[in-house]
Amino acid sequence: MRSIQKNLDQFNAVGIRPVAISVDSPEESRELCQKAGYTFTFLSDPDLEAIGRYDLVHKGQGIKGHDISRPAEFLVDATGTVRWRMLTENIWVRARPEQILEVAKALQ
Amino acid sequence: MEKPKFNWSIWMGVVLSIFAFLSYPLLFVNWPVTRDFPWANIALFVVAAFLLFVGIRRAFAPGRRRLSKIFSALGALLSVLVLGMFILVAFIGSRWLPASTRAPQVSQKAPGFTLNDTNGKPVSLTELVLQPINGKPAKGVLLIFYRGYW
Repeated sequence: MRSIQKNLDQFNAVGIRPVAISVDSPEESRELCQKAGYTFTFLSDPDLEAIGRYDLVHKGQGIKGHDISRPAEFLVDATGTVRWRMLTENIWVRARPEQILEVAKALQ
Repeated sequence: MEKPKFNWSIWMGVVLSIFAFLSYPLLFVNWPVTRDFPWANIALFVVAAFLLFVGIRRAFAPGRRRLSKIFSALGALLSVLVLGMFILVAFIGSRWLPASTRAPQVSQKAPGFTLNDTNGKPVSLTELVLQPINGKPAKGVLLIFYRGYW
């Protein structure tokens, strides 16, 4: 998340809008954004609407034993088609911004 | 019998191994280089193991008190447990992820959704894709699903 914020200008320059999605409430995400200085869009999915449709539900892994999302990234083009994705095998390993920017530049 | 000296290398080793563990989620996870593979933490564990080795040798040298032997053995055991915890957190538990076989594949349509943003305003995937960025038409969105903090 921090690395996305750091590269936000580059993402915007190639016409890519980063959007973070989790089960956190809008208030919780707002607090996080204020504290960490994140200025891109954060969406709240407590009912697993999107997380369920993308088949990312990680059952009972939240601090309160609630269902959360596994980490995953999808690059969706202007027609709504998935052009790249990363379903990490290890929660500590994430896609690097340079890697995503490379793919984003190739989008028409 | 010589005056017992404080076996600092054992305790440095114990403290360092605890730091080697905690510094991964709290510190080194902030940089991709030290996050994707925990080099820094493994290096710290190696230094801790060296200190413990030196400390144990000292504790079991002739003339040391039995208490020193017991404490150094306990310290080493604690460090081994911490290393085990680290391996569990960094390599094993972190891979317990659902299969996600129905997750949209490349060249498939991304499933639509409408979710609230941080102001509680509903936003749809279509809007996110169509909204211009800095006055220019957007080429796409990067959806970043994350575990959440609460």
